[in-house]
Amino acid sequence: MHIHFLDSYRPRPSLIHALDPRVKFVLAVAFILAVALTPIGAWPAYVLLAAISLSVVILSELGVAFVLKRAALALPFVLAAAPVLATAAGAPVTHVALGGWTIAISDAGIARFASILLKSGLSVQMAIVLAASTPFPHLLLAMRAVRIPRLIVAIFGLMWRYLFVLVDEALRLLRARAARSGDPREMPETGWRTAHKASVAAGGAARRGGTVAWRARVAGGMAGNLLVRSFDRGERIYAAMAARGYDGEARAPAAGDPPRPARHPGRRVAVVGRVGRAGTSGVSGYGFRLRSLD
Amino acid sequence: MHYAPAPLHIPDGFLSVIVSLLLWAVSLVALGYALKRVNEDLGERQVPLMGVLAAAIFAGQMLNFTVVGGTSGHLLGATLATALLGPWPAIVVMTCVVSVQALIFQDGGLLALGANIFNMAVVGVAVSYFAFQTLQKLVGGRSWGLFAAGFGAAWLAVVVAALATALELAVSGTSPANVSIPAMGIVHMLIGAGEGLITVGALAFLRAARPDLLRRGAVAGATAGRVVWVVGLVIALALAVLSPLASSYPDGLEWVAEQQGFIDRAQSPLYEIIPDYAFPGVSDPAIATIVAGLLGTTLVFVVALGIALSRRRRDRAAVS
Repeated sequence: MHIHFLDSYRPRPSLIHALDPRVKFVLAVAFILAVALTPIGAWPAYVLLAAISLSVVILSELGVAFVLKRAALALPFVLAAAPVLATAAGAPVTHVALGGWTIAISDAGIARFASILLKSGLSVQMAIVLAASTPFPHLLLAMRAVRIPRLIVAIFGLMWRYLFVLVDEALRLLRARAARSGDPREMPETGWRTAHKASVAAGGAARRGGTVAWRARVAGGMAGNLLVRSFDRGERIYAAMAARGYDGEARAPAAGDPPRPARHPGRRVAVVGRVGRAGTSGVSGYGFRLRSLD
Repeated sequence: MHYAPAPLHIPDGFLSVIVSLLLWAVSLVALGYALKRVNEDLGERQVPLMGVLAAAIFAGQMLNFTVVGGTSGHLLGATLATALLGPWPAIVVMTCVVSVQALIFQDGGLLALGANIFNMAVVGVAVSYFAFQTLQKLVGGRSWGLFAAGFGAAWLAVVVAALATALELAVSGTSPANVSIPAMGIVHMLIGAGEGLITVGALAFLRAARPDLLRRGAVAGATAGRVVWVVGLVIALALAVLSPLASSYPDGLEWVAEQQGFIDRAQSPLYEIIPDYAFPGVSDPAIATIVAGLLGTTLVFVVALGIALSRRRRDRAAVS
């Protein structure tokens, strides 16, 4: 599992960015479905799909290197598919010595493995372009437009709003632990760490803070702490929303508005974004509009 | 960026369309019912509470501890959410975590999201709930019962979710059952131990700091009804029986994959632009394949170049 600490949206003045988020969402899902439906070894179809995806990446101005680098994060999963190289029934093409065994790689295995690799790569590229060219609030509007239930979209919205706040909180917890539990590898390169390295090099024991069970318990305590704080935060947010007229109905911007809140910053009031002191991670417009403000 | 070898988020391209759509359907039914139950219990409170707790579980997955060498234990959170909230809100929270990971961070595919929700939210929560409730009853209210149940539930949930993932990959023809099921099972028995230890740590903290939250969770768990318990039991049993069976008789799964292969083959005439993926007029099949490959690559390159050039020309026109 990997976590990037930043929102994956990358603003660019591109055709893809300017596209209506509803269109983008539907097209991206349709493309991924088309890729999934493409049979194993249908190379001409993959050529066509690769041409489409590469064109979209170029048009989005995100940079081919950026998209490919992000796409590489899905690569470790390929290990799960690697055994088909040997097990798929087909004529053996080549043999690989692995430890004491010789494994026959079949042509059908190569075709299957390469197809899975291509399918996965093409799909994840399109998903990256969708996420990087569409601010999440717009994506939420698109989800509403394709009739994903209002309730779950509202919870997504609130989750996204507090995600970065709580990631910050988790980072603070990690920093506090690194500062207190004496694991020098997690510390920045300071005099202390250099001194530690010198002492380890001189034959001293590396002090790493207790047994595995103790370390797990500390991590668990941090998780519990995070959950307690979030419970309390959730209650406070609810109280603040209720005080501002929230009645259980999540209101996205009205249907007639163009789904580009950034261009009309004054017209929407992101009530949720103003709750509490933690309003720093930039809600650009999605929120719970109050009836009284309409 | 933290990276842990927990390959439970299936990317797109690894599952066959039928498996994806089937698991989407199952997940949607489970989620719909969970949302209904949560709405009855929490009403208007649920949006802020579920949203913030989902964000907390997401952030909590960053909390890790070093085990040995470069490996580390991570929290996945399904068991913790189940113990604190009861099964229905836990399904909602875990669904949100998995969905946002797929939508924003491409951790797991979009078409595969149904399967990922099924593995981590439905299987993870139902098995956690079943094991947590049962173990607590077995221990009989002793003080360490909470921790034993927490560890057992967390471990079992991770292992069963991993087996479900491996089985889905095997049925999709992506990964042979006799390799992937034992591999996923063994790796996740270790990962599950890490998850169990963190869960115990979190429960210990909560019991010391906020016992009221745990009591509230216990009440929510007690009133959740038998459905989740039975589902959890059935899933755990089914996978405990199915996965050794599938890994010793991979032919059965191969057969299922073959059946789906029929559908693949039925579609193939659509794609026969270059028949048999070899180039017509070239007799040697190897050379013909290479020619076809070169042609394909060139085609992609030319299309990309054309788009890049046309854009540059437009930019220049806009400047002048």
